[in-house]
Formats: sequence, structure tokens, C-alpha cells
Amino acid sequence: MVASLRELRERNRSVSATQKITRAMELVAASRIAKAQQAAEASLPYTQELNHAVQAVVGHTDLRHPLLTETDQPRRSAVLILTSDRGLAGAYSSNVLRLAERLCQTLTDEGREYLPYVCGRKGITYYEFRRRPLAGSWDGFSDKPTYTQSDQVASALLDAFRKPYEDGGVDEIQVVYTRFVSMLSQETRVRRILPLEVIEDDGPHHADSMYEFEPSAEAVLDALLPLYVRNRVHFYLMQAAASELASKEKAMKSATDNAQQLIEDLTRLTNQARQAKITQEITEIVGGAAALSGAKTKME
Amino acid sequence: MAASFQVDVVAADRMVWTGQAVEIIAVTTDGEVGILAGHIPLIATLAPGSAEIMTDDGRREVVAVEGGFLSVGVDRTAIISPYAQLASELSVDQAQKDLREVQAAMDDGDNSIETLRRYHRATAQVKAATRNNHD
Repeated sequence: MVASLRELRERNRSVSATQKITRAMELVAASRIAKAQQAAEASLPYTQELNHAVQAVVGHTDLRHPLLTETDQPRRSAVLILTSDRGLAGAYSSNVLRLAERLCQTLTDEGREYLPYVCGRKGITYYEFRRRPLAGSWDGFSDKPTYTQSDQVASALLDAFRKPYEDGGVDEIQVVYTRFVSMLSQETRVRRILPLEVIEDDGPHHADSMYEFEPSAEAVLDALLPLYVRNRVHFYLMQAAASELASKEKAMKSATDNAQQLIEDLTRLTNQARQAKITQEITEIVGGAAALSGAKTKME
Repeated sequence: MAASFQVDVVAADRMVWTGQAVEIIAVTTDGEVGILAGHIPLIATLAPGSAEIMTDDGRREVVAVEGGFLSVGVDRTAIISPYAQLASELSVDQAQKDLREVQAAMDDGDNSIETLRRYHRATAQVKAATRNNHD
């Protein structure tokens, strides 16, 4: 049945209003990505200095440090899951959660326990709805994490790692996050945060210069590694934030495009209905006039 | 004039200060150190407090550090501290207020690592801000 003209116009108006909102959200997401990228760039010098320092120490000690030692048989793992606070970002959060589920399944199959730590309201509700306990949860900063916030997340993870297994500590920490490859492509992946794997690459700073350490190489390493871990966590959170914004922009762009398509279809239907109405009116008038003139002729 | 060298002060989320300096005075966990151009490569852990940079144009920059590192390389030197801040960006009053708040929390029996770190940060900021005012 063809909807009435009034109904069509109303629907057209509501779709246009929705389109305005989705377009605004698309633009907001786009401008926030630029900001997220600036934040990532701004934290680059710190990362470089830390890497440089870690490499300098690595060359001087035998690398026996609790944060670096791998256990042969990890019994319990912490899994940090980075989701978004809000929806309207396409499949962003569900992709992360799906990968996390798969990881947890693998861990369980290997006979290991896991403790979920979740960032972002989407992930938190996912777990709460299923009545699964969370070891830690944070929300409210999924699209623009500051270092202070990342620091809190990292502190919780480091605490869990330092605790002995018997007291509920973990032997391993993994993160499930979304890597920002480009504006068009983001990739969910799993990475291990702890124990650390120190990557030795010959960057611009060669470790050829002999460093002195104060108070000692071990003490420097002790202070340095936690900072390194915190910085890694901050890096993952920033990557996740950029990916979230990119997914949101993409989702909002297709919503805007779909709304445009709907508006065009609705406009066509409206025009058709209007034409039909006019045609009908003319037919009625003509019919009426014909009937009148027919009656007149009869009377004469 | 003394030889100058490149100094970067980096915090976790930004480059706080960068420029040429003739001397750095910092407090490491072992005590105060002065760094001049041509110092041997050194990595030292910093104690919460302030570090001073004498710039090559004769100014003095005070930086609040709540830990972190001093890394002296062959060609450049860096003060690496996640929450490094220039004292000129801080106000003494604000810093003291923060310190009082943290102290109150600690008096109430809050002994978490988080609070302890906030305490270190607040002390460092008060020290740096006060020192900056005594120019």
C-alpha cells in the first residue's frame, strides 16, 4: 500500500535529522583522529629515550629481572581487553571481544586460568551481562587516554604480575587491542605485555658508548622496566583509541550515505504520491464537470 | 663561555623542554650531580625533586621530576620523567594545595602505591615551584 503523503514527508524529515547527526559525528571523529595522531607523535620522544636507555642497560647486565624471566609453565594469565566506551563504531568492540573470547578459550584449553581486565564500557557490560567476574575495569577514556589513566591500568597489571601465584598473581599478561594500520584498516591483535621481550635493534643511538650507571645497572633496570611497561600500555591504549575513532568515522560515514539513499528514495515516493493525488483530483473535477454537463443536456 | 650541549626534557606525553644548556644540576637517588658538556655517558635514576638547567643564554629552567632518569649520551642529554613539568608552568599555591590533599589522604591511612606516587609528584612540584620563585 502506498503510504500517505503526510507520512512520507514525516519520514523524510526524520531521516534528514538523523543524517545531520551522523554527519556531525563523522566529522567529530575525523577531527579527533587528527588529535589522537598528534598525541601519539608527542609521546614518541619519551618512547625513544626509554628504548635507548633499556638497550644501554641490557648491554651491561645479564638481564636477570623478574619482569623479564619467563616461566616454563604459565599457570594464570591476565588478559587486558581494550574496547570502546560507546557504540556507533561499527564492529569495533565486538571484534575485540570475539578475539578475546578466542584467546581465553585457548588459555582454558591449555589448562590455564585467566583474569580479564577490561577497558571501555562496551566490554564491561559484555562481561557483566554474562555475570563473569572482572579482575579490573576502567572506563571513560577509551577515545582519548592520557598517560595518567594508562598509568593506573598499568599499575594494576604490574601489581598482579608481582604477586605470587598463590596470592592470585599472574605469570603472564596479554593484551587484546586494535592496531591502527591506517584510516581504512585496523586490525585486532593479541600481544604479550609481560614478561617483557626486549627488542634489540640498532637504532640511531648505538650502544657502543660505555655507560655508567647510578646507583647500579641493576637498580637502573629495576626503575626502568616498570616505566617501559607503563609506556607500552599507554601505547596500546592510544592505538586502540585511534582505531576506535577510525571505526566510528567509517560507521558514521556509511550511516550518512545510507541516510542519503533513503532520503532520495523517500523524496521519489513523496513526489509520486503527490502526483497521484493531483491526478486524482483532476480526474475527479473533470469527472464531476462531465457528469454535470451530461445532466444539463438531459434536462434540455 | 662554557661549552653547551643539547638537552631534552621528556615527559610521557610530550616534549617538555628542549634547548642548549651549559649545566644541569639534578638530584639522583645517590645525591646531587652536576652535568657539564663532555660528561661521560651516564644513566642515573632521579629522586623526586627538581632539576635545574642553566641554558646557554644565561637563564635557569627548573623542572619538577617525580622520579625517572637522567640519561647523558655522547651527543645529547635527556631528563626522562613521565610527569616532568617546568616549574614556570606550576604555581606554588596549587602545588602546595595538592601536597596537602595527598598528605591528608595518607594521614587517613591510605598507603597505596598510587598515593605514594602522587605524594612524590606533589613534593617534587612544590620543591620546583618554590625554587623557581627564589630567582
